[in-house]
Amino acid sequence: MHELPITESILKIVLKHAETNNVRQVVTIHLQIGKLSDLEDEWIQRYFDFLSKGTLAQGAKLKIERMPIMVQCNVCSTSYEVEVAKLGDLVCPNCGQKDSTLLSGREYYIKDMEVQ
Amino acid sequence: MEDVRLIEVKEEILADNIKVAAGVRERLRNTKTMLLNLMSSPGSGKTSLILQTVANLKDSLRLGVIEADIDSTVDAEKVAARGIPAIQLRTGGFCHLDATMVTQGIDALSVSDLDLVIIENVGNLVCPAEFDTGAHKNVMILSVPEGDDKPLKYPLMFSICDLLLINKIDYLSLSDFDMSALRKRVMTLNPRIVIIEVSCKTGSGIEDWINWLKREVEYFKELK
Repeated sequence: MHELPITESILKIVLKHAETNNVRQVVTIHLQIGKLSDLEDEWIQRYFDFLSKGTLAQGAKLKIERMPIMVQCNVCSTSYEVEVAKLGDLVCPNCGQKDSTLLSGREYYIKDMEVQ
Repeated sequence: MEDVRLIEVKEEILADNIKVAAGVRERLRNTKTMLLNLMSSPGSGKTSLILQTVANLKDSLRLGVIEADIDSTVDAEKVAARGIPAIQLRTGGFCHLDATMVTQGIDALSVSDLDLVIIENVGNLVCPAEFDTGAHKNVMILSVPEGDDKPLKYPLMFSICDLLLINKIDYLSLSDFDMSALRKRVMTLNPRIVIIEVSCKTGSGIEDWINWLKREVEYFKELK
């Protein structure tokens, strides 16, 4: 449900960079979003298409790279990737212990953009 | 066809909100007013908890409340009826509060005369977790009837909170809620979180919550 304000922020940042770089047309925008976020890719694109009408970013495609959820074992310090559905039942692949700490997976980042 | 070139952006999407939130925290640090963001699903007991808190603390702390609702003023009226300054922010369809909306709430309260401001965020376990409100402490409520699987469905919310209140423990005997499974799931997502079991209805555990809150406000006031 919060895709709209997120998309507004994306557009604002993209247009700022487009203006300072004398861009004629933004073609593709690469985002990095953590898998812990509930954003729906399709809705971000739909809102973006709507909001970007008449701007340098009209027609640009958003490519979203989903950043993995990483946890670290509190016993042997091994870092490993998990899916959201497995967060409640973590087992360290190295030592088999279940005690672990979340490291990453909350990213909201614009990496770069392809422009003309 | 014109060549396509690559521009490095490298920016946080929510940078603007993060900046406004940091400003709110700094401003309230100067007035020694602790801001607490209370989040949960609809119906898990946010307003009941605030009313219990007001009843317990109104003689020892100067309190204010910022209520957020999609489109009603019911909650603020209940709090104001207890003699506590309360501001209702109508989010007009938005599912969460951001730091700019909270700034409006703070502007409307005389925060320099307050020790603690509680934000009652929009009832929702998804969106409020993504937006920093500028609060110094994030607290969430999970009520027993919602089930022990919620950390699996809304991991982000559980990972950003300083305190989890498990409300409606008077329902435990009627449900298959597994408290130890819940605690383990939550601690994996957030090993630093404090968990307190309460019932706003019977008053069980409320003293522990009030003591935690008093300690945090005292500690906050001593911070330089």
